[in-house]
Amino acid sequence: MTIPASDPKSVTGKPLAIEESVDVLVVGAGPAGLEAAIGAAARGLNVLLVDENPVPFRTMGDDVPLHFGQGMTASARNRNAMMEAFVASEPRIAEAFEAGVDLRLGTACWGLYANGPALGWMPGLVAGLADEERSILVQARHVILACGRRDMGLGFPGWEKPGVMGATAALSLATRYDAFGPRRVVILGSGTEALTTALALREAGVTIAAIVEQASRPIGDADLLASLTAGGAEILTGHVVRETTGRDGVEVALIATLDGEGKPAGDERAIACDGIVLAVGATPVIDLIDAAGCKVAFQAERGGYAPVLDASQRTSLANVFAIGDCAGIWGNKTRDRAIAEAEAARAVAALGEDAAELAAAVPPAPDYDISAYRLAWVRASVIEARAEFHVCQCEEVTAREILEIRPPRYLDWRNERRNDRSLSALLGEGPPNPDQVKRLTRAGMGPCQGRRCREQVAALLALGAAQPLSAIPLAGYRAPVRPMLLAMTAHVPEAPEQAEHWDTWFGMHAQWVPFWEVPARYTVATNDATGPVASE
Amino acid sequence: MSEIKGASVVIVGGGVTGLSAGWWLARGGVDVLVLEKGLIGWEASGRNGGGCSHHHSPLFAEEQRLWPIMDDLLGYPTEFRGERVRLASSEHQMALYGRALRNAERQGFQSQVLDLKQAKELVPLAGDTVVGGYHYKFGGHANPHRTLQGYAWAMQDHGGRLLQHTTVTGFRTEGGRVIAVETDRGEVGCDSLVLAAGPQTGRLSAMLGQEVPVQSARCEMIVTEPLPLMPLGGVDGCGLYGRQTLRGNLAYGGGPHEWLALAEEGTPGKPTTPLMLHMGKRLAQLLPKAAHARIIRSWAGVIENTPDGRPVIDRLASQANVVVATLSSVGFGLSPASGRAIRDLVVDGVCGFADLSSFRLARFAELEPNWRELQGWQVTAATESLAA
Repeated sequence: MTIPASDPKSVTGKPLAIEESVDVLVVGAGPAGLEAAIGAAARGLNVLLVDENPVPFRTMGDDVPLHFGQGMTASARNRNAMMEAFVASEPRIAEAFEAGVDLRLGTACWGLYANGPALGWMPGLVAGLADEERSILVQARHVILACGRRDMGLGFPGWEKPGVMGATAALSLATRYDAFGPRRVVILGSGTEALTTALALREAGVTIAAIVEQASRPIGDADLLASLTAGGAEILTGHVVRETTGRDGVEVALIATLDGEGKPAGDERAIACDGIVLAVGATPVIDLIDAAGCKVAFQAERGGYAPVLDASQRTSLANVFAIGDCAGIWGNKTRDRAIAEAEAARAVAALGEDAAELAAAVPPAPDYDISAYRLAWVRASVIEARAEFHVCQCEEVTAREILEIRPPRYLDWRNERRNDRSLSALLGEGPPNPDQVKRLTRAGMGPCQGRRCREQVAALLALGAAQPLSAIPLAGYRAPVRPMLLAMTAHVPEAPEQAEHWDTWFGMHAQWVPFWEVPARYTVATNDATGPVASE
Repeated sequence: MSEIKGASVVIVGGGVTGLSAGWWLARGGVDVLVLEKGLIGWEASGRNGGGCSHHHSPLFAEEQRLWPIMDDLLGYPTEFRGERVRLASSEHQMALYGRALRNAERQGFQSQVLDLKQAKELVPLAGDTVVGGYHYKFGGHANPHRTLQGYAWAMQDHGGRLLQHTTVTGFRTEGGRVIAVETDRGEVGCDSLVLAAGPQTGRLSAMLGQEVPVQSARCEMIVTEPLPLMPLGGVDGCGLYGRQTLRGNLAYGGGPHEWLALAEEGTPGKPTTPLMLHMGKRLAQLLPKAAHARIIRSWAGVIENTPDGRPVIDRLASQANVVVATLSSVGFGLSPASGRAIRDLVVDGVCGFADLSSFRLARFAELEPNWRELQGWQVTAATESLAA
């Protein structure tokens, strides 16, 4: 009997079609990514820098990768103009070209794969890249992730209307593309991120009608606040948005004061506006980081779930670094890009053999409790909402349906024999797990890949279980971290030996022998594994 | 010192097999406790295609009898829908897939052979990329997550108990019987024990001196954004298994697996790979009119196989009050029947509705000790060094 070197139906010996190999792949061409790419190129390394921006208009419309909230003007359809505007808005892009960096804009990284305890198939670090035309696999000796930030979603009745958007999306449209639709906005939140967003929007010609803050006093820098009030923006602390109304989009924000228990009370007031900017929680973009298997943890000083890093910005995965906003967001870092650039420089220094051990650059202690702050927003805006609305817009799931773990409405499940299967019954003794909840309610399972609702769902579970946000596990991210057309998958060729042995399941002859033909004894020597097989 | 009240039957493993057994026992009035090291259904039970048409299995007839009534029996939705269409991309594949018809017909279940025209009529998203297929007038598919939670809740409705985040560390035996299960939270007394711990079943049974031979592997699936519902969601083939969910997503898997060295404890990571692309390519071949749909997630599961890929559901010869159960990578669809079979073995000593002789552990009595190597089921060098 011949002994097979390996199971032909397994991945062993099935090469992946790697189109390119580089020394360093940098994902994200913001301040940190540019500094890293330019620095690595200066060391003589072969550097590929990708940035998904400008993303196609349709993708923006799906709120990927940011919560654009249909806030873009028609000029965002002009891809060439968007590309030119993107390049012009950041002088270091030209510098990167001159430094010999292979810079590809409009190219997203949808997956990053590394070997680990449950994966040994990869030839090294492998990244999946896609532009509008093609999808390819690239191998890199080092990967530096500079994926930036996005914003926690915050729902209220009407929040699905065009004009409700995240601060990062608003900033990007207004300051980089000159494609920001709203002319008069209400901003939710008063942290440094909210206030810098307000100032930048004002600079871009947008009127700031009001800053709405649920807390009893503003939480951001006093100097930023002073410049805003000097410009005529109203600061409304102890307030929350009750609803937004309008025919085809936001026309009015109805706001109300909060009582001592954080519940809306008192008279409502209508503020005319055509945009509501959500700036209550800037969040590191860790989708690639988590999907690749890097260790992440809730770190309040870094703005929530963020990668666990050493002093050289190394993640827990060998040769994978995280820098810039995806490595952590705090007030000073938002105001001064030199902090992100210094992170990039530390990562680049660590690429060489001669890397010196550096002192850790520790973020300052947060000046407010981000868990309590974000939970207070969700309590006041979502739990105390006067009408039901969809927290998960893609799958149309309400806060109540999430907390009561209700089967999705499309099942039309009428058996109400047991309706006490709420969150507490699911929990047992452990903390509520958002992955478990999303599988049962479908919240977060839609095409926006949970970008608009995942932090809200975590907050709802924390409130439901009377736990801090840090107790709620991270809902896992999986590739593709950007939606990928089925039609594009065929761009990456399949190894012929893989195609030859492809089977529905394990491809084992003995597994599918009907039970009336099964021999009494099984040994490898007597097993007939010859001939064609198809698993069922 | 134990902090956990013992039970008449303790089941180790909160996957579909263990929870179905727990539910069958509880609904028969047996005092049952399921121990799960993490969250229920976190391994292979929550990560499969949801198919329910296993015509090669002695549990097939019971599988077919039970699925259409599971929503009513459990009191919770499983999203079961009957029937399956299997399309072939070549005449060779068409011939290979034909075995199902013969197996099913012998057991009294009908199917129809589809030519290209009929296939396209039955499957609106299909196209000229296939040559034909089969329409099984049996089987079907259900939602694994919902079904699994349904078992757990229904078991609890009947007084069964479930303890998550509880790791089994050993067993206490006396007079050829297991009298207690040792856990990281104390000892749990039992009259009978069921081991249905998926990939861990091998390691746990070895502690009792009678190892169920298994090896773990990682398999992967992809899911697209929702599309308009086809009249029959249970459409697969072209080298893929899977279904269109009742929400409209296309959820499919297939292709090569990777054999893994199993971590002693804890929940293994479940990374996906670029295999996603090659599944996507086949899905676009199976349902070309869905080529504009986008993949929005992929996932992987770690799942065990016995040397012949067939289940073990048997009482241990060494400890008569222990039932071991692994469904060997094909467990979800059979779970209504496998749980009942385990209930029968525990309570009656023998399965009353099916011939389980092909599931006996004794079939491996003469198995070569180096069977993994002989079958080429080695782990890759990379995972081996990382696991060390």
